Amino acid sequence: MAIESMETNKGRELTAWKGVRVAVTGGTSGLGLALVRMLLDLQARVAFIARNRDRVERLVRERADARGITGDVSEKGDIYSIAIQILGKLGGLDVLINNASSLGPVPLAPLADTNCEDFELALQTNVLGPFRLTKALLGALAASAREGGRPLVVNVSSDAAINAYPNWGAYGASKAALHHLSGIWNAELASQGIQVISWDPGDMDTPLHAVAVPDAEPTMLKRPEDAARELIAKIADHVLPVTEASP
Amino acid sequence: MIPASVPTQRPPDARLLVVDSGGRIKDVLRASFPTLLRSGDIVVANDAATLPASISGVHQRTGRSIEVRLAGSESVFHEDVRRFSAVVFGDGNYRTPTELRPSPPELRPGDTLQLGPLTATVLRLLDHPRFVMIRFEGPSASIWEGLAHHGRPIQYSHISTPLAVWDTWTPIAGLPVAFEPPSAGFALDWRTLDAIHRRGVRFATITHAAGISSTGDVELDARLPFDEPYRITESAARSIRRARATGGRLIAIGTTVVRALEHAVSIHGSLRETTDVATNRISTDTELCVVDAILSGTHEPGTSHHQLVSAFVDQRTLAKMEQILQQHAYRTHEFGDSVFVEKSRGRAAEKEPVGFVTGYRHDDVLTKAISV
Repeated sequence: MAIESMETNKGRELTAWKGVRVAVTGGTSGLGLALVRMLLDLQARVAFIARNRDRVERLVRERADARGITGDVSEKGDIYSIAIQILGKLGGLDVLINNASSLGPVPLAPLADTNCEDFELALQTNVLGPFRLTKALLGALAASAREGGRPLVVNVSSDAAINAYPNWGAYGASKAALHHLSGIWNAELASQGIQVISWDPGDMDTPLHAVAVPDAEPTMLKRPEDAARELIAKIADHVLPVTEASP
Repeated sequence: MIPASVPTQRPPDARLLVVDSGGRIKDVLRASFPTLLRSGDIVVANDAATLPASISGVHQRTGRSIEVRLAGSESVFHEDVRRFSAVVFGDGNYRTPTELRPSPPELRPGDTLQLGPLTATVLRLLDHPRFVMIRFEGPSASIWEGLAHHGRPIQYSHISTPLAVWDTWTPIAGLPVAFEPPSAGFALDWRTLDAIHRRGVRFATITHAAGISSTGDVELDARLPFDEPYRITESAARSIRRARATGGRLIAIGTTVVRALEHAVSIHGSLRETTDVATNRISTDTELCVVDAILSGTHEPGTSHHQLVSAFVDQRTLAKMEQILQQHAYRTHEFGDSVFVEKSRGRAAEKEPVGFVTGYRHDDVLTKAISV
């Protein structure tokens, strides 16, 4: 892991992540879990959010330095409870990774066969949840910028946000909205020093992908750890100060 | 004045009574606040988010229901989430006016308070039967979770619907350390911050754990404001020093900012990075050293907030302000209208206020704002 960490930080001090405050939604499986573990290895201060209390507690037992929060970003009533705990447990925030996602109908279905409730769940989880959580945390992110930081919000997107794949209607439409939301946030918040990006990890071997495409060959899919490494490098480009490259 | 009974942070018709340094008084739409600023000024706000600091539960020794309102803490450090001063009420909730709330059962050191998932111990009484120092048990992560899930915003009877946490967070709210909202900051939405920026005005924040505004007890209310911890970062202090060095005015958003900045200056003799506890009381006799103007809510005479505003203007101007606020039915309390008060030139001279001009209309637009 140490070698991987160094690879993600070429041109930066390995200690550059130390103390950076990061919150990851959907932090107990797939990409989110890989991000939490790697960021902790880099000595970032990490809070993660997930719906299942048992899984949250299990990860906290595995990594005592992780701040676990049980909550559902698709529930409006959970957002400020989550925000209070992120800020209380981290003492502020530099990076928010909106990673939790919903496929909508499972198994995937054509739009014509998609129940409104399933579409609503995709929108709540993939669009409104990230919007609400980002809004609740904007003050803390702006404070980070005023203190000389370069705060960042990452919205985890998908190529389904760009391409019209049959059967991915609820997911694709919601991710498209999230993708566009990211661009508008980014334009509007530039004056506050807050960056917002949308990022597509590619097709990963995750529980979510297994539900969406049960017969996919896992070896043909990206490992979530590889995607996490890519994202951490990208975040570093946005957030961390650049230092002289190591020889 | 009439109580603002709806938890809308920025109603389009929110009003602003402007008192300039010459004692001239006007009223405008609050949305025009940026037009009162000049290039080179600095606006300083309190970026504390508001804890859900009302916690219901049971006093274990007697089995009686209680409501604990967290009222103060020792620092704004996020790990310091165990020890709080608190005002304790007997059974009931915010719908009963605070002054009519029943007393709690007799509180003794060592008593256990079971507050939903949170367990607290009474450490000592703070010279009053309903004002105590408590300590939450367990790790800080569990305390944060318990507060987040079980706490509710402190609320008073002038608002009938239950407040949600989002009603109490200003747009710029960051670290959740305030016990009641630093409500002057409700005026600052992101559009306003952009407008301020475009006018060449700096913006900085401090973090100040705004305390409770009413205890329901005359004797305790006389002790308000309680001690309040705050933090002024080096970057904020530097921004303020730069603005003042070039002749810019310091406009404080809310009474907590005035209290913290003036406290820090009284300690150090100048404004610098400070983490401390504000114990000062600002009133008519206070000579303001660093703050030039305040944007604040409208406050009723007799409150500590009202006393603080009296440090900016002479008594006659203050009386004139009160008269206008009453006559023109300004809304008061945390979701009410606002005042913008510049420190009076030669406050001691007790000059007659120049007069009052109303520029406010319900269909007014920003361009109707006055220039000061």
